[in-house]
Amino acid sequence: MDFAFSEEQQQLRASARQFLADRYDDGTAARVADSESGFDADVWPNLAELGWFDPELTFLEYAVLFEETGARLLPAPYFSTVALAGPTLRTDEELAKRLAAGGLRATLAWAEAGVQQGFLDHAGLAARVAGGRLDGHKVLVPDAAAVDLFVVAAREGSRGASAVGLYAVEAAHAEVVPRDTLDRTRRLGEVRFAGASARPLVSPDDADRAVAVLAQTRRWSLAAAPCEAVGVAGRALDLAAEHARSRQQFGRPIGVYQAVSHRVVDSYVGLEEARSLAYWAAWCVAEDDPQADRACLAAKAHAGEAAVAACESAIQVHGGIGFTWEHVLHRYYKRAQWLAAVEGPARDQRAEIAAALLDH
Amino acid sequence: MDPELARAWSRKLHDAGYTGLTWPKEYGGRGLTPTYQGIFLEETARAGAPGHVGVIGLNMAGPTIMHWGSEAQKKRYPERILSAEEIWCQGFSEPGSGSDLASLRTSAVLDGDDWVVNGQKVWSSYAHVADWCILLVRTDPDAAKHAGLSFLLVDMRAPGVEVRPLQQITGDPEFNEIFFTDVRVPRDSMLGEPGQGWQVAITTLLHERGTLGFGLTADLERQVNRLIALVKEPAPDGRRPADDPYVRDAVAGEWIELQGLRFTNYRALTTLLQTGIPGPEGSVAKLVWSEANQRLAKVAASVQGLSAQLTGEGAVWDGYWQYQQLRSRGNTIEGGTSEVLRNIIAERVLGLPRGR
Ligand SMILES: Cc1cc2nc3c(=O)[nH]c(=O)nc-3n(C[C@H](O)[C@H](O)[C@H](O)COP(=O)(O)OP(=O)(O)OC[C@H]3O[C@@H](n4cnc5c(N)ncnc54)[C@H](O)[C@@H]3O)c2cc1C
Repeated sequence: MDFAFSEEQQQLRASARQFLADRYDDGTAARVADSESGFDADVWPNLAELGWFDPELTFLEYAVLFEETGARLLPAPYFSTVALAGPTLRTDEELAKRLAAGGLRATLAWAEAGVQQGFLDHAGLAARVAGGRLDGHKVLVPDAAAVDLFVVAAREGSRGASAVGLYAVEAAHAEVVPRDTLDRTRRLGEVRFAGASARPLVSPDDADRAVAVLAQTRRWSLAAAPCEAVGVAGRALDLAAEHARSRQQFGRPIGVYQAVSHRVVDSYVGLEEARSLAYWAAWCVAEDDPQADRACLAAKAHAGEAAVAACESAIQVHGGIGFTWEHVLHRYYKRAQWLAAVEGPARDQRAEIAAALLDH
Repeated sequence: MDPELARAWSRKLHDAGYTGLTWPKEYGGRGLTPTYQGIFLEETARAGAPGHVGVIGLNMAGPTIMHWGSEAQKKRYPERILSAEEIWCQGFSEPGSGSDLASLRTSAVLDGDDWVVNGQKVWSSYAHVADWCILLVRTDPDAAKHAGLSFLLVDMRAPGVEVRPLQQITGDPEFNEIFFTDVRVPRDSMLGEPGQGWQVAITTLLHERGTLGFGLTADLERQVNRLIALVKEPAPDGRRPADDPYVRDAVAGEWIELQGLRFTNYRALTTLLQTGIPGPEGSVAKLVWSEANQRLAKVAASVQGLSAQLTGEGAVWDGYWQYQQLRSRGNTIEGGTSEVLRNIIAERVLGLPRGR
């Protein structure tokens, strides 16, 4: 029995934590988040130096990194590049190389308006490729204005409705319309492609492979989101506990009042369970375990809700200051909401788990 | 389960080598790591098999005796716990001292070679069938609260011990009052020195934590599986609860809690194996388990509609869930209330200021 990170993984965690803490104290993080672009355009080479794009990394190392980037709200498209676009990028030699060298920021453009928007819901997609040119209108694209390349889910014009492929389109060939987004460090955008030059990465001719890559994409994002959520919930818990220790009212630190302390404890309990589930999911993905899909669903459902609850408790425990734009808490709250919402709310994941448990 | 059957099953487990997996060989155990115990408990749950009858002996009395006992005590007691030859109960709580356990008043006064015990214990599970009792008493009324306590091993058949069963909300008499009137306990039946009782009692709880989580997870797994079986059957009104989206959401939610508990235990066990010290994960297990167990039983009762009021033979599952719904209310009280556990986590894990 050894359900813990290795020494190397713990070193990776320590170096990531140090780097992020040095570069993004709360003040800096807020300035970047509220800037025009909302991201730190210069950090990418540093991440490459730290080894974050090393092709040797397994999902366990990514789990460590996502937890740390969640804890500091890294204002760069690492989640989008690695978890959303990554599974497709790695199928292509040239892009995998660019990614490994730290020269590629990418995201996934899959959702469209008016049709189901899960990673596996490709039946209604209208985006079409014909003669290497892509036409389509994608919505809810994470980090749309912060990337060099889009991985786009689309159909080949001439084929029937069922075949979906994944295409690479350079950002220069797309029109990006950023949308006002609650989480200002992971903004969503609309992306229009009008005859954009598109290179097939996973061809619709190979339908099984396309479905497998989409399934892998879903697994990676469902496993990455809870790891980030653990980082978010951990930071919210730390802030709440610290405030409960130091803020005095009625002549005593507010942490002596159980209405305060038990709330903080419940955040801790939720976090510990979320952590266990997130690490389990990460392990399953790294090992290609047959339980991977269920583990990812469980982790995503639980950690998303736990992170939102931890942030809400932290805001309450902080009183008025927790309700200000100035305080960092709202930024964590908004990220937690982002994570809880991606690929559907927790009840969607529970519905899938229920089907596996009850319908056979 | 019938007490004689329960003992016979426990003896079978012992003969087959499945008791005391983590206990030292010289005291009747197998000398294995907690991992083995964890695997055994998981498999027990999967098979739907009942556990060993001597839970207090196995989880509390045995480990504490092996940690604090004299060689003679270690030879005398542990093996008979494993073989279910002797059943133990725990005499800690008193009418005036529950959460604030260290305020207890049952006294023991040295007279010649005996401690003479007077006082009353309450809520003592299995005392009506027990042969022995781990008893926390006050030996020095002048010392500071915690420093005046001592830890005795008491023969439940000694003259002056009187057990009065108390009926629980389930209707079953599972716990008891114990009255001690001039009960003479041999001087060498103390664990640790006079005044060390609190430290000994704390060890009892610490030792428990290593594998407690596995027992609780195994228990929850059994309950989740039973809930799944129940909701797939037609309810008394003919509908199938598993078709109700709210029921589906609740079942999946408890299944997720179960996995959270399971992997929290694996993490706790890894910490324990690596450092020898139980990590903070262990303290989470009981809170999560007890509340999940309560929610789950309520779901099971709710799907029966008004039929959930029917009990005994002829009721759904012969009233199993009716019993479970009531029994689970004790889970957030016994072994430290949820409020007290939250206080402990607040102070010891999160470093929040002491409220008491
Ligand atoms: C099924 C069952 C089996 C048991 N078996 C045994 C046994 O075998 N041996 C044994 O010794 N005992 C046993 N107990 C007793 C159990 O340990 C006590 O009931 C428990 O410690 C609570 O003590 P109390 O009942 O005196 O309640 P109290 O301590 O009076 O508590 C009443 C309420 O006040 C709350 N409260 C108390 N102090 C605080 C605080 N500081 N902060 C916040 N809230 C607080 C409690 O959480 C509870 O909700 C058993 C109890 C049950 C229900």
